[in-house]
This record gives sequence, structure tokens and C-alpha cells, in this order.
Amino acid sequence: MNQRPALDLSALPTFGHGPRSPTWWGTLGFMALEGTGFALAAGAYLYLATLWPNWRLSAPQPNHWPGTIVTLLLIVSLVPNHILNGYAKQCAMRPVRIGMVVMSLLGLAPLIVRWFEFPALNIYWDTNAYGSMLWVLLGLHTTHLITDVGDTIVLMVLMFTHHGYSGRRFGDVGDNVFYWDFVVLTWIPIYLLIYWLPRLG
Amino acid sequence: MSSADLTSERDLPPEREASAKGDVAPERDGPRDTGMDDASLHRWLTRTWRTPPGIIGALSSVDHKVIARRYLITAFLFLCLGGLNAVVMRIQLSGPRRGLIGPDLYNQLFTMHGVTMMFLFAVPIVQATGIYLVPLMVGTRNIAFPRLNAFSYWVYVSGGLFAWVSFALSMAPDVGWFAYVPLSGPEYGPGKRADVWAQMITYTEVSSLAVAVATIVTIFKQRAPGMSLDKIPLYVWSLLVTSFVVVFAMPAVMITSTFLILDRLVGTHIFNPAEGGDALLFQHLFWFFGHPEVYIIFLPATGMVSAIIPAFARRPVFGHLGLVLSLIAVGFLSFGLWVHHMFATGLPKLGASFFTASSMMIAIPNGVQIFCWLATLWDGRPVIRTPLLFVFGFFFIFVIGGLTGVMLASVPLDLQVHDTYFVVAHFHYVLIGGAVFPLLGAAYFWFPKITGRMMSERLGRWHFWLALIGFNAAFFPMHIVGLWGMPRRVYTYPAELGWGNINLFITAGAVLFFLSFVLFAFNLIHGALKGAPAGDNPWDAGTLEWATSSPPPSYNFARIPVVTNVEPLWAEPQALPVATGLRADVRELLISTVAEAHPDIREKSATPSIWPLLAAIAVGGTFLYSIFTPWAIVWGAAPIAVTLIGWFWPKGDPEDEE
Ligand code: HEM
Ligand SMILES: [Cu+2]
Repeated sequence: MNQRPALDLSALPTFGHGPRSPTWWGTLGFMALEGTGFALAAGAYLYLATLWPNWRLSAPQPNHWPGTIVTLLLIVSLVPNHILNGYAKQCAMRPVRIGMVVMSLLGLAPLIVRWFEFPALNIYWDTNAYGSMLWVLLGLHTTHLITDVGDTIVLMVLMFTHHGYSGRRFGDVGDNVFYWDFVVLTWIPIYLLIYWLPRLG
Repeated sequence: MSSADLTSERDLPPEREASAKGDVAPERDGPRDTGMDDASLHRWLTRTWRTPPGIIGALSSVDHKVIARRYLITAFLFLCLGGLNAVVMRIQLSGPRRGLIGPDLYNQLFTMHGVTMMFLFAVPIVQATGIYLVPLMVGTRNIAFPRLNAFSYWVYVSGGLFAWVSFALSMAPDVGWFAYVPLSGPEYGPGKRADVWAQMITYTEVSSLAVAVATIVTIFKQRAPGMSLDKIPLYVWSLLVTSFVVVFAMPAVMITSTFLILDRLVGTHIFNPAEGGDALLFQHLFWFFGHPEVYIIFLPATGMVSAIIPAFARRPVFGHLGLVLSLIAVGFLSFGLWVHHMFATGLPKLGASFFTASSMMIAIPNGVQIFCWLATLWDGRPVIRTPLLFVFGFFFIFVIGGLTGVMLASVPLDLQVHDTYFVVAHFHYVLIGGAVFPLLGAAYFWFPKITGRMMSERLGRWHFWLALIGFNAAFFPMHIVGLWGMPRRVYTYPAELGWGNINLFITAGAVLFFLSFVLFAFNLIHGALKGAPAGDNPWDAGTLEWATSSPPPSYNFARIPVVTNVEPLWAEPQALPVATGLRADVRELLISTVAEAHPDIREKSATPSIWPLLAAIAVGGTFLYSIFTPWAIVWGAAPIAVTLIGWFWPKGDPEDEE
């Protein structure tokens, strides 16, 4: 079909941050579907909890301390996370490198404490459905934690190579910040469900 | 011409930004398409966008058209396999007490038929059609996240192979396509059969979810300049809504199948009422997905109808906005309906009434759609060709399916015919009428775009009548035997019940219907090899996929079209306005803003890569292994991590760096 030029794109930039970039939207899409998964798992837990009058099914209370420490660590990590985001927008290499190292460490720290959360549940997954749901919720969040920390570390290494000097990589750092927020925010309701809901009953 | 007077003409100012600041290597500029003559532009773009030659090249392809073609062919093969299952079942049921098949094999047959049709045929084929058409219709050069798209195909194929190899080993699931507990649970479902069901769900849902995200982002961010929300073609809208439904519905079935496999494999008690779990929880989770699933199949089909009707009515569709709003309304309402599959479980009365009301409410947007289509045909000058015939077949069958559906939405009737052939008849009217007929019409409609050749119109008409008659002969009498009380999922029945003759008739209809697909397959192959050359736009249709050659070149459009109307080719019959200024030496495409589609970024699209295949092998191997031991997840993590790093690690192409 015949064509006539009607618009010039040559001056457009080659990358953009946040909602301007498709990767950001892709990340949002995955957050939506994973968030739905979390919500349904939480819903299943609440469904069972309301179904049985003596929920916790006479199991001992979980010890909330490891979980509380993880929660505090995750909330604290939001501060450097957002400072890092600011530098990523400015494409400033040195502070971004420092920020990525800090965020990798702040990802590993809760992961180490997480290890102690499982025994602190004070019940096994195969004891009863209450135990199963606690392990499922904690396991679901832990997979997200592990994948995001892995992703952060790989990206950190990448930022220390010459590949880092590209707008696209700084955009990746921004999206990584965005996803970490999601990992932290989904934890809060799960924390309450695992450690505080059983204390109500 | 200077760019200033051109942009003022279209009022589409590119959002300029001061040159990049910060620690970013400067763009290594290359040749731009501006002012380049057509022949050299074609040479440049072909070199940049082609799929590399050789077997490794083919396995590395990230071209949305190549991936979509593979998806379409694979899904069609699964349709044939699922159809063969059905024919075998029907032969067994053609008379009382036939000894062809025993109960064990019969259970595997209807389960394999159901899961193959739903998870390996219907959902993949509607998504695949979208993978092919959406980038062309929105005027871009590839789908968003092309490697994710390639990955999704490999995961889908491994899921299909996994299920069918299990079937060959007599290890196929035998618990029905929705695999209710306790039947599928650890106590009543020994062996690996229910695990096969659970993991094949995981494969196919991972793949559908990936495609849904890629489709949404393509539609949001890669539309041609000027294609604001009100100018998006209806078919593209239907895929957008469908993809959202996928994103919010499919996680439910993954959660269901994961819980099931945990109960079976590591001894959790989520569905076990003896230890504080609940079996009905399975049904709630499953149908939270299962009802929207029907709309995941049906919505794209309505999009196809909305594309075919204006092309043959020779006028833009009537009530464009009304159709868009109906699509969105159906998408939302589809989540309010799941409980109607569970009326027989004894839910509280009030709850049941609520779900009856919302089941009936969904008839409203569907009615609006039908009204708009009929108005378009009424006001146009319809040219009756095969694609339109299939649309008429869809109207006819779907209305009957809808009527029986409204009947089933009333609790007393549902309790009466629950688990009888009445229900089997109903959902085949909805699924085949609502999705397969539009798909067949779409095949005739877009075949010339994909192959550059026409399918035979004469054979097409034969195909249509054979399919329509065969379908109704097979499925209409099922309503009757259902009302007589014949239950579904039985491998035989005694002669004294007097169901023999009508079942023989049904089987004859089923064979006729199957033969119509044989004719269709012949028409496809014949058309691809010997069909008349189609030209770019054989139907003189108005949307962008027809603006490029048939089949489209690897780069889709030599220059990105500029859109001024919902039917851009009808609005600009002399010369299509296009955008210039993209690079020809790297895979560059245009990112635009979500609502207005203002041009925003020249972004690089991913190059071919073998890593998505390797990642799919790692992921698929882990899923397969996990039906034997939970440690698979631990062992599988390392290869998955390695392949994902290989996938994302930049290799130094300009596409990776800028
Ligand atoms: C050649 C065309 C087809 C024939 C002859 C056919 C026949 C049948 C029959 C006889 C059953 C009931 C088996 C029983 O309950 O004992 C059945 C079940 C089913 N069919 Fe089909 N069918 C066809 C195509 C399709 C298509 C295209 C779809 C979906 C898109 C589909 C989806 C299903 C599902 C979901 C079930 C339920 C399986 C279960 O009970 O778990 N069928 N089909
Ligand atoms: Cu339903």
C-alpha cells in the first residue's frame, strides 16, 4: 500500500523510566498475577479459619519473633530502596552501585532470618490443615524473596561491568526497586495472618 | 518535507527530551529509515529482523509470527487428538453394552478429552491468534517481551507432551477435567495420574500467563502513533480484556493444582476434612478460575466476529463503544459466576440466588453485542463468504447454548439435570458454538494474511454445512438423553433403558462433525500449497494487519503507520500516513503512551536467543521431576537460575545495550 511520511520519530529518546517503559508494565503485570495468587492463598486460609470453630486446631502458638525481625528488616529496607530509585532515575553510576550492594545485603539479611521462621511456626506442614496453610503462606513468600534477592544480586554484578552504562540497565534497577516494594508489601498481610490471627483464637 | 509541518498536520508532537544525562554511554547511531528508498530499507530491515537460518536459528526465533504459527499448528494437532478421544468415546457409546473400552480407559479418555480441549487447544489457540494478529493490528514490529513469548511456547509444548506421553503409558489422569478431591486426593487417587493432571495445569498456566502479560504490554505500550483508546480495533480490545481475565483467573487454578500436589506429595491436609481442611475449598478455587475460563475462550471469539462482520458488511461496526463496554462488562461479570457450578453442593440459599442473578445478568452485555452485530449486517451490504457463514453458524448455535445456560442458572433445574448429558450438550453448544465456529471463520479470514494464499471457497462452504449439520446432529439429541436421565462419564448403559438408538444417532453426528475437520485440514493444506495468491488485502478490510504484505515480512511494517481512524485503511485509501526516523540497523520499535498513543521512546526489541528454550527445558524438567519428589524444586533451582541468567545477561548487541 502507498505511504506518505507524516511524523518524525528521530528525536525520541531510547529509554524511559517508570511507567514510560514496557518493562515497568510487565513487572506490574507479574505483580498483579502473583498478588492474585497471594490473595487466593490468604483467602483459602481465612476460609478454613472461619470454617473450623477452634482454629489453630489446638496447635501451640507460633513464636512471632523471627517473623517480626524479618518484618522490621523489610520495612527498613524500603528507605535505601527508594533512595536507590532516585539515583537510578538520574543514571548516576557510583551511588547506584553502592545502592545495589546495600540492597543485596538487605535482601540476604531477612532471608537468613527467614530460615528460623519455619521452626518458629511450632507446627509441621503435615500435622493438620492449619500447619499446612502456615507453611504454604510462608513458602509462597519465601520463593518470592529468594527470586528477588537472586535477581538483585545478578543485577548488582551487571552494574559493575561495562554493560551497566546504559539507560536500559538503569531502568532495570528502577524496576527491581519496584518489585522489592511488592515483596515487602505482600509480606505485611501474610505476617499478620501467620503470627497474629492464631492469637485471636 | 520538514518534520514540523508534518506533525502539525497530525497533531502528534513527539515528546522530546533533552539528550540523555548521567552515566550512560552515548547512542551509537546507525542508519535511519528517513529518506531511505524502499529497496534499501527492505534490505536493511530484513537483515536486522530475520530469524537466523539453521536449526539453532529456528529454535532461537523470537518473531511473534513464527511463534504464533507454531502455536497454531500445535494447538490444531491437539484439537485433532482431543477429537479422536471423543470419537472413540462415541463409538463405545453408540450402542448398549459395547465392549470396546473398559471403565478405566474410558475415564482416561474423557479426562484427556476435557483437558486437551480446554488447556491444550482452546486457550492456546485463542492466545496464539492474538500473538499473531495483535502486533500487526496495533502496528508494531514484534510482541512485547519476545523471548518470554518464545519461552511460553516451549513450556506449552512440554506440558502437552507430558500429558500425552502419560496417556500413552496408561498413566493419564482419570479424574475428570476438573479433578475434584477427594477423588483426586491422596486417599482415592493412587498412582501418578492425578499428579499428571496437576502438573500439566502448571505448565499450561505458566505459558498462558506469560502470553497474557506480553499481550497486555503490547497493547498498552506499542500501539502505532495516533491509535488512542477509541481507535483500538475491537479484536485487540477483546484480547486485552481476555488477557486481564487470564491474569486474575489463572493463578486460582495454579493455586488449586499446587495445593493438590502438596496434599498428595508431602502430606499437607489442605483439602482433607479429617485434619481441618475442606474438600469444597477445592471447588471454590477451581471454579474461581473455571468459569472465567469459558470467557477466556469466548471473548476473543467475539473479537473475531467483530473483525469479520465489518469486513463483509462493508461498513464500520455499529456501536463500537457499546461493544467495547460490553467486552469489559463481560470480563468483570465473569468473576461473579463461579458458584453456579456448585449449586448441587448445598450452599446457603441466599448465596445461590445471588449467583443465579449474576448468571442471568451476563446475558445483558452479550445481548448488546449480538444487537450491534446484527445492526451492522442489517445496515451494510453483506457479502456472504465462508468466514461470514461461520459467523452465522456461531449466532445460531450460541443462542441455543445461551438459552440452555439460562435454564441451568436456575437452581431447581440444575439440580435435576446435574451431571447428565444435558450439561454435556450445553457446554459443547457454548464452547463449540461460541468459540470453535468463530475460530473457523477466523481461519478462513486470516489464512491469506498468514500464508499469502486463499483457501478454497467451494470447499469452505462444504465444510461449513458439514460442520453445522454434524455438530447439531451430535449434540442436540444429547439434551434429550440428558433429560431422560443419562449420566455423563459412564462408559456404557444397559439396553433396557432404550437409549441405544438415540446414542447411535449421536455417534453418527459426531463422526460427521469429525469429518468436517478432516475436510478443513485438507483445505488448509491445499490452500497453503496451491491456493490462489491473495495479495495484501483480499477482503479489502480496514485494519492495520492488512496494510502490510501477505505474509508479512519479519519486520511487519517498513515504516510504522500513523493512525487516524478505527479503520485506518478505509480512512486513508490513497496513501497510508507513516512515521519515519527509526533505525534500520537494529531492532527498533516505537513505544507510545498508554491512553493517547503519543510516540514516546524508540526502544530496542530483543534479538533471537536459544536461552528461552533452555530455560523452558529446565523449568519443564523440574515440573516433571516434581511429581516424583519434592526435592525436584531444590535440584531444579540451579539449572533454572543458570538459564535465566543466560537469557537476561547482555551479549553486547546494540539491542541489549541501549
Ligand atoms: C469432535 C467434537 C467433540 C465431540 C464428539 C465431543 C464429545 C464429548 C463427549 C461425548 C463428552 C462426554 C464424555 C462423558 O461424559 O462420558 C465430552 C466431554 C467434554 N468435552 Fe467434548 N466433544 C467434542 C469437542 C469438544 C471441544 C471442542 C471442547 C472444548 C473446547 C470440548 C470440551 C469437553 C469437556 C470440557 C468435556 C468434559 C470432560 C469431563 O467430563 O471431564 N469438547 N465431549
Ligand atoms: Cu460457569
